[in-house]
Amino acid sequence: MSAPPLLALHGVCKRYGAVEVLEDIELEVHAGQVVALLGDNGAGKSTLVKVISGVAPADRGVIEWEGRTVHIRRPNDARDLGIATVFQDLALCGNLDVVGNLFLGREIRRFGFLDEMEMERRTLQLLEQLTRGVPELRAPVVSLSSGQRQTVAIARSLLGDPQLLLLDEPTAALGLQQTTEVMDLVDQLRDRGLGVLLISHNMGDVKALADRAAVLRLGRNNGFFDVNTASQEQIISSITGATENTPRRPAHQESGW
Amino acid sequence: MVKGTRDTADDPRTEAAAPTAEARRADRGQVVARAMDSCARAMESGVAFSRRKLRAGELGSLPVVLVLAVVWITFQSLNENFLSPRNLSNLSVDIVGTGLIAVGIVFVLLLGELDLSVGSISGLAAAVFAVLNVNNGVPEWLALVIAVLAGTAAGTVQGYSFARTRVPAFVVTLAGLLTWNGLMLYILGTSGTINLDENGLVADLTSYYFTHDSVAYGLAAVSAGIVFLVSYQDRRRRMAAHMPHRSLQVIVVRAGGLAVVAFATAYLLNRFQGLPLALLIFLVVVAGLDVILRRTHYGRQVYALGGGIEAARRASLHVTRVQTAVLAVSGTMAAVGGLFLASRITSVSQSSGSGVLLLNAIAAAVIGGTSLFGGRGSTWSAVLGMLVIQSIASGMAITDTPAAVQFMITGGVLFAAVVIDALSRRSQEAHGRA
Repeated sequence: MSAPPLLALHGVCKRYGAVEVLEDIELEVHAGQVVALLGDNGAGKSTLVKVISGVAPADRGVIEWEGRTVHIRRPNDARDLGIATVFQDLALCGNLDVVGNLFLGREIRRFGFLDEMEMERRTLQLLEQLTRGVPELRAPVVSLSSGQRQTVAIARSLLGDPQLLLLDEPTAALGLQQTTEVMDLVDQLRDRGLGVLLISHNMGDVKALADRAAVLRLGRNNGFFDVNTASQEQIISSITGATENTPRRPAHQESGW
Repeated sequence: MVKGTRDTADDPRTEAAAPTAEARRADRGQVVARAMDSCARAMESGVAFSRRKLRAGELGSLPVVLVLAVVWITFQSLNENFLSPRNLSNLSVDIVGTGLIAVGIVFVLLLGELDLSVGSISGLAAAVFAVLNVNNGVPEWLALVIAVLAGTAAGTVQGYSFARTRVPAFVVTLAGLLTWNGLMLYILGTSGTINLDENGLVADLTSYYFTHDSVAYGLAAVSAGIVFLVSYQDRRRRMAAHMPHRSLQVIVVRAGGLAVVAFATAYLLNRFQGLPLALLIFLVVVAGLDVILRRTHYGRQVYALGGGIEAARRASLHVTRVQTAVLAVSGTMAAVGGLFLASRITSVSQSSGSGVLLLNAIAAAVIGGTSLFGGRGSTWSAVLGMLVIQSIASGMAITDTPAAVQFMITGGVLFAAVVIDALSRRSQEAHGRA
C-alpha cells in the first residue's frame, strides 16, 4: 500500500513481572479501515489496547504513527497523536455528570473558570449525532444505564477528533438495539476516514464490520485474515488454536514452513 | 450561598409560557393570574426537579438542615435564651476555628481519604506563632504567615508521601499526627502555656466585631446580588446559545431565599455586637473554596479522583500533583483554624490541637453531607455540620447537661449522617442499574 499505515506495531513486547503477556506483536491499522482484534480470554487483547493507549507502555518494540517512530509512554502521548480509547471498563468517573466526564482533563475554560455552558452545548451536539436517546446531561454517570454509559464513553473518545479509535468490547454490555447503534457508528467513523481497532467476541459483528482481523493467541500473533475472504471456521480455529499442533509456536514461523 | 448553576437542568419550558390568543385579550386581572400561574409552574418544576434528585439519591444538604432545625427547636423549647442574638452570635464565632479545619477535611474526603493530622497541625501552627511572636518578638503578621506556611509544609510533605507511596492517607497522616504533635511539644519546650497579646492581631481574629449595622446588611445585600447577577448572566448566555436555562422565577426565588437568610442573620448579629470578623472570614473562605472546587480545573480533578482514580489516571490527570495539593490545602486550613482556636482563648498550651478537635472536624464535614466514599460533597457542609455540632454543645451548656450526654448525642447524629451517606450512595447505584 502506498500510504504508510496509520498505526504499525513491530515486535512489541510487554511483561507483567515474570509473565510475558505480549511477545513480538505485529499489527497494522490503516485509515478508513476497521481491524478486528480477536483472541481467546487471556490472549492479550486488552493489554495490547493498554499498550497503544499509553496506560501500560510497551517494554520493547517499535510503534510507528503514519510512518514515523513514536514513543507512547503516557495516556497523554496517545491522545496527542490522535488515538482515542474506549476501555472495557469504560473508565468513567461515576460521581461526575455526563458533561464532566466528556471533558475530563480537557475542560473548556473562560476567564480561568470552567465554561459549563459551552461544554454542555458541545456535549449535546456530539451526543445527538451518536444516539437517539440522549441521557440527562447533568445526572451523575453512576445513575445512567449501562448502554447510556457506553454512549458517554464513546462520545468522550470522539471529542478530540481522533484519527484512530480503540474499542475494547464496546458491545459486551449492550442489548440488541444499542449494539446496532454502536455498530452503525463504527461504520460511520470508518467512512469518515478513521482507523478503528475493534475488540469483539461477537463473530457476527466482526464479519459485518471489520475489513481485516488480527488474531492473538497466548500473547503472540496467530494469523491475519481478510474478513471478506476468510471463512468463519478458519478464523475461529485460529483463535482456539485448533489448527496448530503446537499452540506455542508463533504464527509467522508457521506460515514460513 | 453560591450554590450556583450546577443543577441547571430545570425545565426550559416553564419560561416559555407562550402567549395564547386569549391572553392577548386579557385584562389586568388575567395578567396577574397568569403571572401567578407561571410562578406556580416554576415552583412545580422546581419541586419535580428536587424530587427527581431525591429519588436518585442526591440528598445534598437537606438532612443536615432538618437536623439543625430539630436541634434548634428542641433547645429553644428547653431554654428560651438559646436562640437569643447573644447566644447565636457567640455560636457563630465558636464554629469558625474547627469549621476552618473541617473545610480542609472536606477536600480530603472528596478524594475518599482521611486526614488524621489536622488536630496536631493546628496545634503546631499555634505554637509556631506563639513562640515566634511572644517569645522571640517576631512581628505578628510575619509570625502569622510563617505559622500558616508551616501547616502548608506539613500538609505537603504528607501529601507527597501519600501520593508517591500510595499508602492510604489515614496511615500517613496518623504518622503525621504523632510527628507534628511531638514537634509542637518540642517547640513549646518547658514553657508550657504561652499567653498571646490580648490586643494583638490574632486575638482580634475572634474578638473584632463590625459594630456598624450597615456592614452586615451591606454584605448580605452584596452576596445576594452577586448570586443573582451570576445566575442571571448565565441564563442570558444560555438563552443566546439556545441552551436549556433556568427560568427567571427560579433565579429570583433562589437569590431571594439567600437574601432572606443573609438579612435574618445580619439582623440577629446586629442586635448583639454586629458582624464578627471571624464569621466573615469563615464564610468568605468557604465560598471561595467552593468556587474553586466546582468551577475550576483543579476542583474538577479533585472530584474526578474521588469518583474513580483509575479513570482519572487514564484521562491523563496529574494524580500525584492533585493528591499532594489536597493534603497541602488540608494542612493549611488546619493551621488557619488552629490560629482561630488560639485566638479564642488567647493562649497556646501543650494541649492545643488535642482532644476531640480532630474528631469534631471530621464529624462536621460528614454530618454536613460530604461523603466518606469520596467524590461527593461541598465546603458548605463544613459550615452546616459545625453549626449542628456547636449548637448541640451550646445547647447542652445552656441547659446544664453533662458533657457525657453531649458526646452521645453528637455521636448519634454522626452515625445517622454516615448511614444516610451510605444509603444515598446505594440508592444512586440502584438507580443506575434500573
